[in-house]
Amino acid sequence: MYEFIDGAELIARGAIDIGCDFFAGYPITPASPILIHMLRELPKVGGVGIQAEDEIASISMTIGAAMTGARAMTATAGPGISLYSENIGLALMGEVPLVIVDVQRLGPATGGATTVAQGDVQFLRWSTSGGYPVIALCPSDAAECYTLTQHAFNLAERFRTPVFLATDKETVMTQGTLDTDAALKHLTPERRTRTVAAPGSFLPYPLTEPATAPPFAAIGDAQNIVRFTTSTHDERGMLTKKPEKVERLNNHLYEKIRAHAAEIEMVRYDPQDGAETLVVSFGITARSMQEAVADARADGQRVSQLIVQSLWPVPENALRRALAAHRRIVVPELNHGQYRLEIERIAYALDPRPAVSGVNRVDGELIAPRQIQDAL
Amino acid sequence: MSTHTATPLVTTFATYRNPEIAKYPFCPGCGHSTINDQLNAALVKLQLDPHKVVIVTDIGCVGLSDQYFAAHAFHGLHGRSVAYASGIKLANPELKVIVLMGDGGCGIGGHHLINAARRNVGITVLVFNNLNFGMTGGQHSVTTPHGALTATTRGGNLERPLDICATVGVNGASYVYRGTSFDKDLPERIAEAINVDGFALMDLWELCTAYYVPNNDFSRSDMLGVMSELHMQAGELYRAGYPELASAYRAQYAPTRSKTPFTRKPLAREFTTRLDKPLRVVIAGSAGGKVKSTATVFAQAAIRCGLFATQRDDYPTTVMSGHSLSEIIIAPGEIFYTGIPRPDVLAIISPEGLGQVKAQLAEMGESGTVYVLAELESKVQTRARKIILRPDGKTNRKALAMMAVAAFVKHSRCMPLEALTASVRADQRADVAEESLKAIETGIKLVE
Repeated sequence: MYEFIDGAELIARGAIDIGCDFFAGYPITPASPILIHMLRELPKVGGVGIQAEDEIASISMTIGAAMTGARAMTATAGPGISLYSENIGLALMGEVPLVIVDVQRLGPATGGATTVAQGDVQFLRWSTSGGYPVIALCPSDAAECYTLTQHAFNLAERFRTPVFLATDKETVMTQGTLDTDAALKHLTPERRTRTVAAPGSFLPYPLTEPATAPPFAAIGDAQNIVRFTTSTHDERGMLTKKPEKVERLNNHLYEKIRAHAAEIEMVRYDPQDGAETLVVSFGITARSMQEAVADARADGQRVSQLIVQSLWPVPENALRRALAAHRRIVVPELNHGQYRLEIERIAYALDPRPAVSGVNRVDGELIAPRQIQDAL
Repeated sequence: MSTHTATPLVTTFATYRNPEIAKYPFCPGCGHSTINDQLNAALVKLQLDPHKVVIVTDIGCVGLSDQYFAAHAFHGLHGRSVAYASGIKLANPELKVIVLMGDGGCGIGGHHLINAARRNVGITVLVFNNLNFGMTGGQHSVTTPHGALTATTRGGNLERPLDICATVGVNGASYVYRGTSFDKDLPERIAEAINVDGFALMDLWELCTAYYVPNNDFSRSDMLGVMSELHMQAGELYRAGYPELASAYRAQYAPTRSKTPFTRKPLAREFTTRLDKPLRVVIAGSAGGKVKSTATVFAQAAIRCGLFATQRDDYPTTVMSGHSLSEIIIAPGEIFYTGIPRPDVLAIISPEGLGQVKAQLAEMGESGTVYVLAELESKVQTRARKIILRPDGKTNRKALAMMAVAAFVKHSRCMPLEALTASVRADQRADVAEESLKAIETGIKLVE
C-alpha cells in the first residue's frame, strides 16, 4: 500500500504498534507533529496522552508512568532536551525504560525552529551529570522512523534505560512515498523482565548480575512494595553513601550498556571492492551521502558508504572493520564535526591510520550530494 | 505491620511505617517527624492497601520521608515530585498518590503545583512548610516571612511569602487546607485530603529547629502570629468539584477506545507517466495561499502515476503571514536527497515567495522553467525559460498555486492531467476540491 507520509506519523505508528501506552509532551517545533499524533491516537488503544505544562513536566510524567509499568515515550527538540537533561539522569539512575525522541533543529538555544541540524549528537551522549552511557538510535529514512522507534522501545525495555531516537526536522516533517505494507517491519515487542520475587521479598535493585538490568515490579504492584530513588541507593532502593555499594551501583549503570555495546550496534555498510574512500554518515545526511555515492559510482568512481543507525554506544566493531579497509574517511554531518570525533578516535588506533575529514554545514540547509562528491 | 498473613480473613494495617528503619533522621523538635507520624495515623485510619499507596517525595529533609513508609515510594528530583505523581496517577488511577514536599519544592516546582491544581489531577500534596531551606543551610525560601533572618537574607527578607493555598485554590484545587504540625486533628484532616477525588493540598507550617527557630528567635506562637499578620488563615480554605483528570480522561475517550489507530490513506497506482528522471519543482507563494496542500495534491498525483515523491515545506515561524515554500521531487525511483538547490520548475506566485527563491533562481539554467505571475515578471532575472501566467483579475489568490501546478503539468506533460484531478477529488474536502478543479481549468487555459 503506497502512502504519502512523514516521519512524525511513522514514529507515532511505530510506537503505538509496539505497545506504547503513555505519552507526555510539550509543543515545540519540529516535534509537535508527534505530540499531535500521539494525543489523537493513544486513546484508541486505551493509552494516555497528555500535553504537559513544560518539558520538565513532560519527561517527569513519562518517568512516573513508566514506573507504573507503562511503555512510555516523549518527544521534543533541542531546547526541550536541554530541559529534559536533569531527568535523563534520573531515568538512568532509577533504571526507567523510556523512549525520548529528539527532533533536532538548528541550535544553540532557540536557534532555528524550522531549520534542520544534527547538532545534538554529543549532547545526547553526555546530557546527564555524571556522564553515564546512553543508547541513541538514528533513523535515516521513513521506514526506519517506524522500525527504529520500535527497536528503541525494545532496547529501553531490555536495558531499563532511556533510549533516544535522534532524528531531525527534515526526517520528521518531509513527506515521502512509502509502500508501508512492504517497508514497515513490525518487531516483536520485548518486555522488561518482571520480578518473580515472593510477596514481600522484592528488592528493586539487587544488582547480582552487574551487566543486567534488574527485574522490574511496578509502582502499584499488588505483591511487592517498590522503592524508586534517584539518589545513590542500595539493593533495597534505600539511600546509601557506603563506598562499596555506591561503586557497585555506578559500575552497574556503566556496565549494563558497555558490556552489551556489540549487541546494540546497528549500521548499514555498503562497501565497494577496491574503494579507497569510505563515507560515514547518519540520519538525514546519510540520504545526501547515498545520492552522492550513487552518482560517483555512476561516474566510475569506487567509493564505500556506511550509515550509522546506532549512534550511541558507538558501533565500534563495525566502524573499526570498515575504517581499516579504507585509506580516506569522509564524515558528512549537519554540525561542526561531532560524530567525526568518534570516527577519528577509532581511526587513531588503526595502523595504517586512515585520514579522516568532514563535510559540514550549519546554515540550516541540507548538505547537498554535490558537496560530498567534491570531498571524495 | 500485619499485612501478609497466610490466609487473612480481614487484613488490618496497624502501621504503615517501614519496620526496617525505625528512627527518623530529623532534628529534635523538627515538625517533619510529627507530620510523618500523623500521615501514618491517617493511613491507619483509612486502612488502605499499602500496595495501592505511593509516597512521592521531593528534595530536602522531607525527601528522606518516603523510606519510613511501607508503601510504594518514588524519590525524585527537586521540585518535580508533583509532575512524577501526575504521571503515576494518569497511568494508574487506582493508586492513592501522596506527595511530600517542602516549601523549597513549592518554589522550584511551583509551576507543576499550579498546573496539577488546574488540571485537578487526583493527588494529595502535603507541604512540610518550615519557612526556609533546612537541608542546605537555612537559606530563605518562597514562604520565608518578610523581614525574617536567614543565611541568604542577613538584613531581613525583602520578599513577600507565597500563599501556597491561595495559589492552588484559585486555580481549581478540589481541597485546600492550612494547618500546623501541632494540630491535634491532623490524622483526620490528612485522611480527608487523601479521600478527596481530585487535587488536594495541605500547607502544614512547622518549626525548623536547626535554622529558622534560632535565627529568628521563633516559637509556635510566633508562627501563628505570622500566619495571622499575613492573613493566611488556617483550616479548610477551598473546596471545588471539578472532575478528576485521570478519570475524566478515561470517561471522555471511552467511546473512541478500540477504534483502529491512524487513518491510512492508500494511493493506488492507477495512471502512468513517461517521466524517466527526477523532476524538481518548487512552489513559492505566501502563507494562506494553499501552497502546501497544492503541493501535496501534486505529489500524490505523481504517486498515483507510479512515481516516487517527496515534499519539503519551508515557512516562517508565524503561520499565517510571510512566505510559504513547497519543494516537491517526483521521480521514477527512490529519492534520497530531498533538497532542491537547482529546481527544474519554479512557480512564483507571490512577492514573498519570490523573496525566498533568489538563490534557486540564480542556479537555474536554460533547461529550467519558471512560471511567474505577470505582475512579478519584471523582477525575475533568470537564464531559465519564463512562462508568464496572466490570470484575470478575478482569480482568487488561494487558487494561484493550483493554477500554476496545472499550467506546468499541462505544459510539461510530466503526468496526465487526470491524475491531478483524481487526486483533488480523492484527497480534498468537497468544497475545497471544487475550487481546486476550477483553478486547474484556469491553469490549463493559461498555457493553451
